[in-house]
Amino acid sequence: MKSIRVRKLKEWFIEKSILLSGIFSVLFVVLIFLFLLREGFSLFRGESVIDFIFGKSWYPISQPPRFGILPLILGSLLVTLGAAAISVPIGIAAALYIAEIAPRRLKEALKAGTELLAAIPSVVIGFIGIITLGPWIKTFFKVPTGLTALTGSVTLAFMAMPTIVSIAEDAITAVPRQYREAATAMGATQWQTTWRIVARAARPGMLAAVMLGIGRVIGETMAVMMVTGNAAVIPKSFLQPVRTLTATIAAEMGESVQGGPHYAALFAIGIVLFIITFLINGVADLYLHRARK
Amino acid sequence: MNPRLAQKIAFSVLLLATLLVVLPVAIILLIIVIKGASAISWDFLFSMPRNGMAAGGIFPAILGTLYLVLGAIIFAVPLGVMAAVYLVEYSSDNWLSRLVKLAIVNLAGVPSVVYGLFGLGIFVTFFRFGASILSGSLTLGIMILPVIITSAREALESVPKHFRTVSLSLGASRWQTIRHSVLPHALPGILTGMILGLGRAAGETAPILFTVAAFYLPRLPHSVFDQTMALPYHLYVISTQVPGIAENVRYGTALVLLTLVLLLNLAAILVRSRFRRKKKW
Repeated sequence: MKSIRVRKLKEWFIEKSILLSGIFSVLFVVLIFLFLLREGFSLFRGESVIDFIFGKSWYPISQPPRFGILPLILGSLLVTLGAAAISVPIGIAAALYIAEIAPRRLKEALKAGTELLAAIPSVVIGFIGIITLGPWIKTFFKVPTGLTALTGSVTLAFMAMPTIVSIAEDAITAVPRQYREAATAMGATQWQTTWRIVARAARPGMLAAVMLGIGRVIGETMAVMMVTGNAAVIPKSFLQPVRTLTATIAAEMGESVQGGPHYAALFAIGIVLFIITFLINGVADLYLHRARK
Repeated sequence: MNPRLAQKIAFSVLLLATLLVVLPVAIILLIIVIKGASAISWDFLFSMPRNGMAAGGIFPAILGTLYLVLGAIIFAVPLGVMAAVYLVEYSSDNWLSRLVKLAIVNLAGVPSVVYGLFGLGIFVTFFRFGASILSGSLTLGIMILPVIITSAREALESVPKHFRTVSLSLGASRWQTIRHSVLPHALPGILTGMILGLGRAAGETAPILFTVAAFYLPRLPHSVFDQTMALPYHLYVISTQVPGIAENVRYGTALVLLTLVLLLNLAAILVRSRFRRKKKW
């Protein structure tokens, strides 16, 4: 009898730790937000949120320092828009090809290739961007430096594509087979079926894929820091250096004094990033659930 | 237009787009292998850097990355697998399980540099671990948690329901059922997630920037409270921060990092496809 009681106690303990582990993920999200607030909030004692977000100059080490992140927000926006313009059409097209057209063997190989692209560390992609894309853009557009917003957009496009392809591909594969059969029975070609029926039915999932790809681009740090030239000014064109929100944190944290206003401002940028990606992922998740129904 | 011709054109365009996604992998690999292979030697892999990284090897960076990745896995795998067991085996579709799922989605979407800030705020500063292997491992561990939970969940969900029914009907308890009839069958999937997590943790730079990484530290760490060099950060440093590093050293470092990460991912792909083929139900 005793052994049964011991076993019951053991199982009670195991089941409680399993429940606790589930709750931990929620705890971590809350903790991330709380610790960003804890370190970043002191900035807003001396500065209004409006001045922070819409301030036009970011001079964190001048006297007095100015913490306006509008140039950084616009830098992130410009690079992200460029990357989306490149990666969305290519990614969706590739997803359609892999899901609907490629023969089985080729399909597996292409999927593995996409996964490998996703696996390449961002610092390696940044390194390749500096040594190949940078010089190429410099000579092609005859600009003084090859490290520009455009370089960042192209580099990031390749990092967004695997996300877009794999999630869009799932959405396309999930379209019921009857849709295709009905279209074929009506005399549609494979392409007409793919484009007018399947792609349309998979639209919510594709939208989610695009949003998650964009979320990845906004949050990407190392590659973008290495290839965009890091100039914290309001950008006027794709062919000039820019500075993104993420790159600013990564580049300046090492020089800031712990607990000082600059340190707090970098955490405040973290809060902005956290909220942006939280919203993007939340909405994308809603679309994915709708797609599944 | 003739629908057949339209189909031909459309398919060619789609194929072209697909190649644009897949070919860069080959091109990147080719560039780095061709230019980096000449740097790889016993000395490069297993000796200390000298002269401010201009000479010598990258051994501390390789070892540092192995320590960090190992630490991250030790922390994240038990936690992640148990969280997955909770979601699949214990929770019904209630508000808590929905909240947990939403949290996992958001953890996966948090930018890597924000993990770095979090690690700096909680482990380095609040818990006073300092910039150390412990802080870096914990930060990376939380970052790869979604990868591990998601793979483990898929693996558990793919185990057929009647495995559980049979075990329960023989009088086994809930935990005995999970331990003996469900987990063993989900093991390859869990393993896949673990390897993918390893690969992700090995390649990330931003989370370790402020939590552990040392710019130039030509000695090996003695404890989990030491700083260490790490491969991805080392590549960042020698390709952007220090002028005058020989080109083949840069490519060589990139080659070592890329080899490590791609081998891990390839292993994960292989484990998964073998598992799918062998599956009998």
